[in-house]
This record gives sequence, C-alpha cells and structure tokens, in this order.
Amino acid sequence: MKAASFDYVRPESVAGAVRCLVDAEGDGKIIAGGQSLAPVLAMRLARPRILVDVNRIPGLGALRRDGDSLRIGAMVRHHDLLEQRHSPLLAEAARWIGHAAIRSRGTTGGSIAHADPSAELPVVAAALDATIHAVGPDGGRSIPAVDLFEGALETSLDENEMIVEIEMPIPTAWGFAELSRRHGDFGLVTVVAAEVEGSWRVCIGGLAAVPFRARECEWVLDCGPAGEDRIRQAARAAAAAIETSSDLHATADYRRAMAEEFTRRAIEQAVAATRAGAH
Amino acid sequence: MQVNFSVNGRMESVDVEPRCTLADALREDLGLTGTHLGCEHGVCGACTIMVDGQPTRACLMFAVQADGCSITTVEGLQNDDGKLHALQQSFCDRHGLQCGFCTPGMLMTAMDLLHREVEPSRERIREEMSGNICRCTGYVGIVDAVEEAARTLNSADPTD
Ligand SMILES: Cc1cc2nc3c(=O)[nH]c(=O)nc-3n(C[C@H](O)[C@H](O)[C@H](O)COP(=O)(O)OP(=O)(O)OC[C@H]3O[C@@H](n4cnc5c(N)ncnc54)[C@H](O)[C@@H]3O)c2cc1C
Ligand code: FES
Ligand code: FES
Repeated sequence: MKAASFDYVRPESVAGAVRCLVDAEGDGKIIAGGQSLAPVLAMRLARPRILVDVNRIPGLGALRRDGDSLRIGAMVRHHDLLEQRHSPLLAEAARWIGHAAIRSRGTTGGSIAHADPSAELPVVAAALDATIHAVGPDGGRSIPAVDLFEGALETSLDENEMIVEIEMPIPTAWGFAELSRRHGDFGLVTVVAAEVEGSWRVCIGGLAAVPFRARECEWVLDCGPAGEDRIRQAARAAAAAIETSSDLHATADYRRAMAEEFTRRAIEQAVAATRAGAH
Repeated sequence: MQVNFSVNGRMESVDVEPRCTLADALREDLGLTGTHLGCEHGVCGACTIMVDGQPTRACLMFAVQADGCSITTVEGLQNDDGKLHALQQSFCDRHGLQCGFCTPGMLMTAMDLLHREVEPSRERIREEMSGNICRCTGYVGIVDAVEEAARTLNSADPTD
C-alpha cells in the first residue's frame, strides 16, 4: 500500500521544526530515519497532514564524549553508533539492529521516540538511566529514560516536542545478550547488564511494554562479589520479577526462562570484562 | 514538488507528490524498473539502492527527501564498456538467481558489503545478506556468487 497524501516541510533548525509541529495543530509528524514511520505511513496506520523532515537540521548528527558520558545527537544513525569507539556497549547494541540498509538511515532519537518494546536502544537507555533532552514550544526539558517510556510505542513526549540529544553514562563494564530468531530480527529478549559508578544496572527488553529494570537482580549483584552463584541468583531474581504474556512469537514461560538465561549471559559477560580489566 | 538528484551519474529532475517513495520515482518517473518493490515496508530488501554511498531501502525514503543526493541503482552496476559487473557475472555463473525478483536488491547489498570487506567469510556473507529475502534459490548460490565476486575483484588488475 502507498502512504496517504501529506504536505512535506524541511525546517533548517530545531526551533523551525517545533514551529511546524505547532502549526500542524496535532496533525504533524517528525520523520527522522523513516525506518519505522515510513512503513506506518504505507500501511496507513498513521495519516499525518504534515511531515516534518528533520534530516537537514545542522548539528543533530554529532556524537561527543563529555567526561564520563556520551552526548548523542538525535540524528546520529545506528550505523554511526556501531562505528564509534567511546561506548562499546552502544556499538554492540547497534550491531543487533536490523541490517546495514536499516542502520544507515535509522536514528537514535527515532528509535527512542518510537519506543518499540523489542528495540535495542531503549533498553540501553533505560539500563544506563539516560537523559533525553527535548525541545518544545516552551523551551527545552530533560527527561529521565524511566519517565519517557510509558507503554508500547508510547512516550511522555508532547506532540509538539522533539528529541534533540540523548545523554548516557559510559559504563565501566557491560554485557549485552539478545535472543532473536534470525539475524537482524527484533529481539525476543534483550538484556543489558552494566556497571556505572560502582553499581549494577540490569535491564530487559522484549518482555513487557517498556524496558524492565530488574531492581532485585541489581540489588543481588550490588551485595557482594559477582561469583557464579551470585550471578545465577541474580538472574533468577530478574526472571521471578517479570510479568510477561504469551503471544504469537513465544509463550510467557519460554520468555521468562530465556530472560533468566540471557540475563545470566549478559552479567557474565560484564563480569568477565571487569576481571580482564583488573589484570 | 520539484526534486533534483543524480542517478547513476546523470542529473535527473522529477516532479512528484511528497508521498511518492524514492522507489516509485525511480520506477515510474524515470523508468528505472531495475529497483524492485516487494513488501514496501523495509523487510524484503528487493528495493535496496545506494544513496550517497549508503545502502538504503528505496521504499522507506520519500523522493522529496533525496533532493541533492547521489543515487546508484542496479542499472548503474555494469561497467562503462557494457560488460557485466563482477557481481552480476558471478550471480549468473553461480546460479545466484532464478526468477530474478530479489536480484537487484541482492546485488546492491552485496556491493555494499564488498565495499566494506574485501574478503568476507561465508558466515559474514550470510549475516549481511540476511535482510534480503529470496523465495527461489535457497541462498546457497547467492552466497557462492558473492564469494566468487570477492575473489574476482581481489585478483583484478588495479591498473585495468
Ligand atoms: C526491516 C527492519 C528491521 C528493523 N529491525 C530493527 C531491530 O532489530 N531493532 C530495532 O531497534 N529497530 C529495528 N528497526 C527499526 C529501526 O531501528 C528504526 O530506525 C527506529 O525504530 C526508528 O528510527 P527512525 O530514525 O527510522 O525514526 P522514524 O521512522 O523517522 O520515526 C519513528 C517515530 O519517532 C518519531 N521521531 C523520530 N525522531 C524524533 C525526534 N528526534 N523527536 C521526536 N520524535 C521523533 C517519529 O515522528 C515517528 O513517530 C527495523 C526497521 C526495519 C524496516
Ligand atoms: S520493497 Fe523495500 S524492502 Fe521490500
Ligand atoms: S531469485 Fe526469485 S526471489 Fe530470488
């Protein structure tokens, strides 16, 4: 199917983009990489009157290190995340997104704003307590990742707000484990384990409407040295806390079992990296 | 809207509705029907082309977004003397196609891979080509073809 008719605007500044959204009176939509929006338009699941193309706004494609954190412009493509060297965790997560032709266009801001429960970057953002910087008609605000994701494909962004930058700490140790049916598919279960400022963060995607921070699991890990027993116990704690349901792709029991196993793998990977780093 | 871009080295100008995809503009307005459309939502890979040197799904980009870009389609693959590109030749030789529907996307995806990696393993080829769906060949011939093209390109005389 083909998209329904729309008007197309290509503002040259963030302020200009916000003005276009305001002028559209709720009937405007930002297009970034288009890798999620274009199919939605083609299937006519959305029929915005005005499409606001933010691809030519200068400055949004920059990625820079700021002390112990990384500031990622909204238009940084998945491909750029894969190539950067500051955060190996982000590079690994990006490697799991679709295929080269998807990664060349898809953007960090787009993936976060789209908030697909099976997408990789929202899991990383929630694990690292990323801060999402957005600009709206009343100026800018900073939103903690936990407050941004509200449901499947739902965020707390206002319809006239635009993400401009995502800020995430660079973890001292990290692990990433994903289960997907085929290479490039969305994850059935995606787990990020990371150590930031001496404490553990574990986040699981694909199970619920929003990335799930496994606080009990983090707590078990924070209680003492991460030996094999503790890692198993932590992974069990994560699985026990999960509320998930069966669907076309997997039963709830299978998802929970895989969540435990992939949590264990992610933590083990992170711990192995710390050990290697200690020598 | 009036849109200008270069396709396979030639400046082109098309007048399209904003909702017209780049794939449709290439096929309908420019008659370049080598770019195929299967799913029209990014999944099958048949429409893969190069935009400013990056592999791109032509069904997920609107033509208006390509204003000023440099585009390469499967029609731009063959050599100036009209001979098939090494990849096209190896697809013929190695049974990399049957009906040919997926082939343009396969060729463009493979070309991008061989730009980035000179000697990809079969495993890497499978990984990188996994976003392109073929309903005929069973993929073995495609992997053989890409592997052979890499060998041909590597042994080619650079001064040729
Ligand atoms: C075949 C295929 C496979 C894929 N596989 C994966 C996968 O394995 N994992 C994965 O995570 N993703 C996958 N994707 C999706 C891809 O990662 C998308 O790039 C991403 O989800 C959306 O980013 P985008 O830049 O393309 O956004 P768009 O499609 O342009 O926009 C998506 C939504 O976000 C909004 N938006 C975009 N940018 C902003 C902004 N700066 N501020 C506010 N709102 C904004 C838009 O209005 C729209 O509602 C796949 C896509 C395809 C087609
Ligand atoms: S037609 Fe574009 S990916 Fe299928
Ligand atoms: S050759 Fe027929 S789809 Fe690939």
